[in-house]
Amino acid sequence: MEGTPVQNDWYFILLFVVLSPILAAVPMLINYLLGPRKPNFIKQQTYECGVETVGDAWVQFKVQYYIYALVFVIFDIEAVFLFPVAAAYGQLPLFAIGAAVLFILLLADGLAYAWGRGVLEWV
Amino acid sequence: MAINTLSQLAVYSLVVGFIMTFVVITGFAYTTLLERKLLARLQHRVGPNRAGYIPIPTRGGKERKLLGGFMQPAADAVKLFFKEDMTPVMVDKWTYFLAPIITVIPAIFILAVIPWAGFVPYITPEGRDYFAIAPGINVGVLFILAITSISVYGVVLAGWSSNSKYAILGGIRASAQMISYELAMGLTVLVPVMLANSMDLGVIVEGQRGMWYLFLQPIAALVFWIAALAELQRAPFDLLEAEQELSAGFTVEYSSMRFGMFFLAEYMKMIIFCALFAVFFLGGYRGPFVDQVPALGFVYTALKVFLGLCVMIWIRASLPRFRYDQLMSFGWKVLLPISVVNFMIVAVMIVLVEEGVLGF
Repeated sequence: MEGTPVQNDWYFILLFVVLSPILAAVPMLINYLLGPRKPNFIKQQTYECGVETVGDAWVQFKVQYYIYALVFVIFDIEAVFLFPVAAAYGQLPLFAIGAAVLFILLLADGLAYAWGRGVLEWV
Repeated sequence: MAINTLSQLAVYSLVVGFIMTFVVITGFAYTTLLERKLLARLQHRVGPNRAGYIPIPTRGGKERKLLGGFMQPAADAVKLFFKEDMTPVMVDKWTYFLAPIITVIPAIFILAVIPWAGFVPYITPEGRDYFAIAPGINVGVLFILAITSISVYGVVLAGWSSNSKYAILGGIRASAQMISYELAMGLTVLVPVMLANSMDLGVIVEGQRGMWYLFLQPIAALVFWIAALAELQRAPFDLLEAEQELSAGFTVEYSSMRFGMFFLAEYMKMIIFCALFAVFFLGGYRGPFVDQVPALGFVYTALKVFLGLCVMIWIRASLPRFRYDQLMSFGWKVLLPISVVNFMIVAVMIVLVEEGVLGF
């Protein structure tokens, strides 16, 4: 059959875009069709060890989790910037390698700063 | 992969889709069995040995149970299908419903870029020289990191939407833990990328023709393995579902197949990370005679994945759980500096080797 040549390998990613929700949804659908449904009051309560649950769980929690997330965002973006450098490492001139080293030093400096300020301390 | 028309693509997609579904389901199912059996053996138990055994009568009138437990995954699946799917009244309905699906999707997604075998003639008559489910994604490593980042969402949303104290604790712990170790993992993956000069997983595998990166870079391999265990929330990093304190963590409000979905995602990711470890450090599908008989690549990949799974289970049976502050400081103060320094050392070494200062 004649048609336009399909050279783009990302079509297979598209296949997975379609395939993965199906694989995820079908077992739950089968369960929905086969499983019994006899809800009652006690069954639908939130799990707790032997006593009734007090209040809901959407409450304030430790700020430390947020701080880790903030530090993470900075470092993760920096780490992603290193990937082009690593992938092209064989062809880089010395100047570019120097720039990359400087970049890593800045990254390390950020880590040292966070460490020194005690952000990484779990209290 | 030389696919010239859309109809060829459609046929290929259907075939791949069918094979994938089959492999995914069996792989996941038998990983659970492997874990139960091996854990049992390591603890001097027998493990599941009833479902699907072959009775062999012996002379004393007793019968030997051969292949005990090999139908256990099927029994488990049937049980999960027939369980009642309860929804507690307190939950956030839509998020609660979508969280298992959001957890499974990334787990299946990563499978797309893993090169399972080299050039297999009857699959690829011409064109690229290795077979992946999605061949030749030239930013494969970035794709993997991106998708593993997404997989945090499922766990966090499941924990939050359940509106249970145990679940939300598990979910928040998961978020902090997974992002912390993802950092170390990202920086470690840079090392094979740098050695192979490519982000294409197939090229990384071919770059290990001479020697596995495990021997060139044992530190990177170790850091990657530890970070992978933390990403997978396997013991000793299973704080988010710590049975003794959180009863089941983020899955506590889930029942029947929705719980099964979390289970599926977890074991799928075990297989995937073992495959990734094999690709990055154990030479992927490469092995003896793989150039002559390319189909052997599947066998080598499977062997390496199996080995990795056994080590994971062994670690689970051997090591006690971290404390949360230990976990965090280990990730940020040990693994992250090690991976940064290691990256720089490797960079310097490569320059020195290229300049001929160090002879290899």
